[in-house]
Amino acid sequence: MKEAHHEAHEHHGAHKKTYKYGMVVDLDKCTGCGACMVACMAENNLPFRKDNSDRMRSQLWMRVYKISNGRPFPDTDICYIPRPCQHCEGSGHHHTPCVSVCPATATDYSHETGIVSQVYTRCFGCRYCMAACPYHVRVFNWWDPTWPKGMKKYLNPDVSVRMRGVVEKCSFCYHRYQRAKNKAYAEGRRELHEDEYQTACTQACPAGAITFGDLKNPEHKVHELKKSPYAFRLLEKLGTNPKVYYVSTRDWVRKAGEAYAGEEGKSVTHA
Amino acid sequence: MFPFAFEWVPEATRYVFMGSLYAVLISLIIIMHYCVIRAFLDLICPKKNHNNH
Amino acid sequence: MDSASAPFDSALFPEGVKRCKLKWFLFWIAVLHGPLMVGIVATLMCWGLALNVTYLNNNYPFGLWIAADLGVIALGAGAFFTGFLRYVVNIEELKNIVNYAVVIGVMCYASAQGILGIDIGQPLRGWFIFWHANVHSMLTEVAFCITCYFMVLCIEYLPLILENRQINKFRFFHGMAHHLHGAMPTIAAIGVFLSFFHQGSLGGVPGVLYGRPFAYREGFLVWPWTFFLFILSAIACGPCFTILITRITEGCARKRLVKRNVIEILAKISGRLLAVYLVLKIVDTLYWIVIAGRVGAPLSSFYVNQPYGYWVLITEIGILGVIPAIILLNTKARQNDSLLIIACILNCTGIFMNRWIMTVQSLAVPVMSFDKFVSYHPNWVEYATTFVFVWVSAIVIMLSYRYLPIFPQEKELNPL
Repeated sequence: MKEAHHEAHEHHGAHKKTYKYGMVVDLDKCTGCGACMVACMAENNLPFRKDNSDRMRSQLWMRVYKISNGRPFPDTDICYIPRPCQHCEGSGHHHTPCVSVCPATATDYSHETGIVSQVYTRCFGCRYCMAACPYHVRVFNWWDPTWPKGMKKYLNPDVSVRMRGVVEKCSFCYHRYQRAKNKAYAEGRRELHEDEYQTACTQACPAGAITFGDLKNPEHKVHELKKSPYAFRLLEKLGTNPKVYYVSTRDWVRKAGEAYAGEEGKSVTHA
Repeated sequence: MFPFAFEWVPEATRYVFMGSLYAVLISLIIIMHYCVIRAFLDLICPKKNHNNH
Repeated sequence: MDSASAPFDSALFPEGVKRCKLKWFLFWIAVLHGPLMVGIVATLMCWGLALNVTYLNNNYPFGLWIAADLGVIALGAGAFFTGFLRYVVNIEELKNIVNYAVVIGVMCYASAQGILGIDIGQPLRGWFIFWHANVHSMLTEVAFCITCYFMVLCIEYLPLILENRQINKFRFFHGMAHHLHGAMPTIAAIGVFLSFFHQGSLGGVPGVLYGRPFAYREGFLVWPWTFFLFILSAIACGPCFTILITRITEGCARKRLVKRNVIEILAKISGRLLAVYLVLKIVDTLYWIVIAGRVGAPLSSFYVNQPYGYWVLITEIGILGVIPAIILLNTKARQNDSLLIIACILNCTGIFMNRWIMTVQSLAVPVMSFDKFVSYHPNWVEYATTFVFVWVSAIVIMLSYRYLPIFPQEKELNPL
């Protein structure tokens, strides 16, 4: 009985343990191949249209931006910035920008994992969260989702397909976390190994530019990588406190991560 | 919306917010009932006359 | 009135007033149904084909609809504020315009709710905002207060309907209208409480977006400064909108419906409030420049390389703010009918522009340095659906004017 109580207590304790999943993207390694975008779309059942060229309305949870320093040859330089949801934690008296504004509690910040979730069946499409997000990570389902004939058979059964009129966004492949957790529980473990839970984009990146893991866990690679003197986060000054870090040895790239970038940022052009 | 809902969090802001809502709704219901009942009472005992308002 | 030449429906008119022939009335109602049908088709397209039929996109999740929503609610503030002045402050003369302010208010709030019903992606889930309410969201506060206040306005409108000449013959309805009038100060006080919060929380909607330095404001407790500015601007323009619609109605009816001194009171109050609002708005703008600068967003970054240049700031505060304030504050100027109308138009346009700026321009300004400015303009579907409520409001106002005793001074000003 005592043993059972002890086990239950330990179990409760294990539940209380929190993680802070995040990402470190080495921009000097990123080639802009777009494999992360494709992997994300396939993994998360993202719909697409015959003509998907309208970037203002396409469903992209992971978007790769191409930026240039705007200087003439031979000083021209470009950089690709993969941008998933930044899973902001908020800081001070600010909550996660999108979470606090959702009127129907359809989006939530998990203190267990640090992941910002989206409840598609509860979202009623007011799009206030999209207005709140300065990173444009949230996308709206302007159409009913459709896939080419036969492709429905290849949809990921672990991820629900979203209906029109709701907002969606990157979940850090949360279903993979759940799957890994289930597997670990079945094996009598409470903790996940670093390689057990990895996002689709991380695994798809041929250059190994994306590293994913628990930012708080010293055994995970991201823990050290984020400490790099070349690491930065997008729009840090706003206080959104994102969990996606970027690394670049190039000054102009780091500068481009700031809001409006000032005088120096004027040379940054979006390509 | 209701204290018995699973997502109800017992926090001060929620009590103030929802409390105000229910107070307003109850006030409006009482006012409407008051007017209907008074009008009905006037109908069954037509002593008071109020042509001028 | 000669009974032979009296319109067919004259038995329904308020006592002692003249109305146009029924055929002309029906003609104008039919004319309004033309654009109304276009709007209904556009609404059905939004509901049936989803929101891809609009020009909204992921960069502009808010467009004309939200700006119009905020705009009509500000313009409809005339209802609660006139009610407050009449029943709480007890300015007796305003009883001659408070009924009409209520009719205008009902239509403004009905429009706002109707527009929201089209704007949301899943209209059938609209009730989630109440059921799964997140009390920390400004939009929840808006939804709750608007819905409650709409109920208040309907209760305020009810005695007007009950006072229709034929309905009022029923003793029960007569008595009910009487008792509702008696309860009006309490109802008006509830309306003031609700309006204070929803006008404010509409200001809070953009004001809390700390990820958007253009919209974000610091504030008091949970309310950003825009919360208070929106309340003030709404009560500054609401009476002007009431004056404007009254004047338009008088133009259409070709007769005076409200005495000059009543309009004068509203115009004077509106002018003073507008002046206070402008002072605070200018202070807020200066403080905002400092705050935005701290997060790396200099003022120039908001206004360069896009159509929303400095002209926006100058137009909103200067042309559409200071000019109407000067006219409304000056006794001689506001006694001039044309100048008064110009001031009211400028004031109402200024408030609408402010709402557009706080919603649409906030989204237009790129935040990430490598983000590009993307233009947005509404398409016909958005215009048609928004204007549906203008046509419906016109029809309701026409019906109310024809059959309900809205203007107590009409008989005196236009003896038969």
